[in-house]
This record gives sequence, structure tokens and C-alpha cells, in this order.
Amino acid sequence: MDCNELVELVTAYLDEWLDPETRARLDLHLLECDGCQNYLQQFRATLSTVGKIRDEQLDPLYRARLLDTFRDWR
Amino acid sequence: MSNSTRRFVIYCLARCVTGIKDPISMPGTVDELALVAALHTGDEAVFAELVEQHSPSMLRVARGYVPSHEIAEEVVQETWIALLKGISKFEGRSTIRTWLFTVMINIAKARGIRERRDADAEIAAYTGGTVDPARFRPPDSAKWPGHWKEHAEPSPFPDTPEGSVLGNELVAVARRELDKLPERQRIVVTLRDILGFESGEVCELLQISVANQRVLLHRGRAAVRQVLEDYLADVS
Repeated sequence: MDCNELVELVTAYLDEWLDPETRARLDLHLLECDGCQNYLQQFRATLSTVGKIRDEQLDPLYRARLLDTFRDWR
Repeated sequence: MSNSTRRFVIYCLARCVTGIKDPISMPGTVDELALVAALHTGDEAVFAELVEQHSPSMLRVARGYVPSHEIAEEVVQETWIALLKGISKFEGRSTIRTWLFTVMINIAKARGIRERRDADAEIAAYTGGTVDPARFRPPDSAKWPGHWKEHAEPSPFPDTPEGSVLGNELVAVARRELDKLPERQRIVVTLRDILGFESGEVCELLQISVANQRVLLHRGRAAVRQVLEDYLADVS
């Protein structure tokens, strides 16, 4: 497996979607390749960073509108 | 609510028997049947809490289907109305969140005026790589074709403790890039990596194949990785 092939398989690797043979080739490549080890580390760090994104607070006027729907329903 | 939407809501409620578990524990999550019972009795505080917890992410996802923030707000409002109207049929066997997103995406699709395209064909049409090909040795390279060029190898990202300045900066950079992603990539990354939906749930919510979910997810994640790498190269 070459590095430019490995970088396209990282999501499949992390989500355990790879067939065992491809997974084994990827694992063996990682043992010998610092660049790809680092790429995988960057990818994991990226997922952790994205996981920390939180949505903004609701606009107060919009929140009030939604609560009004509840009062109308009740 | 249109008749087709009403039928769909009833269908969703009837289908809430799959026992999908919430993969992440959201702040304030309590026994959902108790929540539903409280809604029945007209408990506004419970409704307010649910609205606070779910509406921001519903808005983010809805925006991927409709042309304006205002329409996304209407879609989310309609979804809450659908929940209230259907609450007596809610059996608590799927989570409220999965129910809300399923109904919301259906309403958003009906409201979306974006051109309908064949999602699967569109995804398959793309064949480019997610890393700049110039970083790899060319195919005719005598030594290690397809491997990282010297000086183009990735370096590890630094550890960023929770709440650190750099960590917060990276989250802000990632958010800006997420907002710029093509809509399908943005929706898949949001559902999987921010909201913690499982792969099977995302395929069902978006009506896409597992293979295409993987392509969208990978492209979206790889784009965010690239801007983080660029940002870290600039600050170091």
C-alpha cells in the first residue's frame, strides 16, 4: 500500500469498514511509515476537534416563537 | 401540516420500535418517557429544555436543505409542532432526537427548492484525492512512488488540553471550514462527528448508501484536517 492510497482509507479504517486484508495491509504500512502514522494522528485530532464544535445559542426571539407554539398546542 | 407530512409523522412514530440508543449522552438527558409524559401534562419547562437542547443542531442540519435561515427556522418550528401533535403516539423506543431529525429532514426536503439531483451519481462522479497530490512522489518515481515526498510528510498535531487557547482556536477554524463544506458533506460530518449519530442512522436519515456516506464523511473530515494543518503551520 502506498501513502497516497492510505490517506483515502483512513475514515474506513477508523470506522472499521475495511475488509480484513486491506486492514492488514494498512496496519503493516503504518508500522513502517512515520508520515502516515502522523497523518492518522492528525485525522484523529481533527475528529476530536470537530467533536467539540457546539452550535450557537438560540436567538431569543426565535426561542420565544417556539415556546409560543407550545402554549398554542396546550 | 400537509396530509403527506402527517402520514409521515405517524409512520415515524409507528416505526419507533428499533431501539436505537443515543450514542452520546447529551447534557440534561433524562428518561425520555418521563419527558414525554411531562409534555402530555403541559409542562412548559420540559418543552423549553428540549427546544434548547435540540433546536440549534436541527437548524444547522435543516439549513443544508433549504435556501435561507428563515426557512430553516420554519422547518424546525414545524417539526416541534409535529412532535406535539404526535406526542400521544410516541412510545419512547427510539430517542426523541432521532425522531426529531427524521421528521425534520422530511419536512426540510419537502420545503427545499434546491435542484433535485441524483445524490449517488453526484457522489460517484468525484474521483479526486483528499490530499494534495504534489505531496506524494510521482508514479514514475524510481524510489517509493506514491509515498510522501521528503519535507511534505505530515507532522503530529500538538496536544491541546480542553479549554486551552490553541484548542479553542482550532475548534473555531474547524467550524469555519465545516460551514464552507458542500452541503452533503457538512450534513454527514455534523450528524456523525458533532451529534454522534451512528452510521446506520445517518444512511437512513439521508437515504444514502453506506459507501456514499463514507465518501462524504471522509472528504469532509479531510478538508477540515487540511485547514487545521495549514493553521498550525502558520502559528508554529
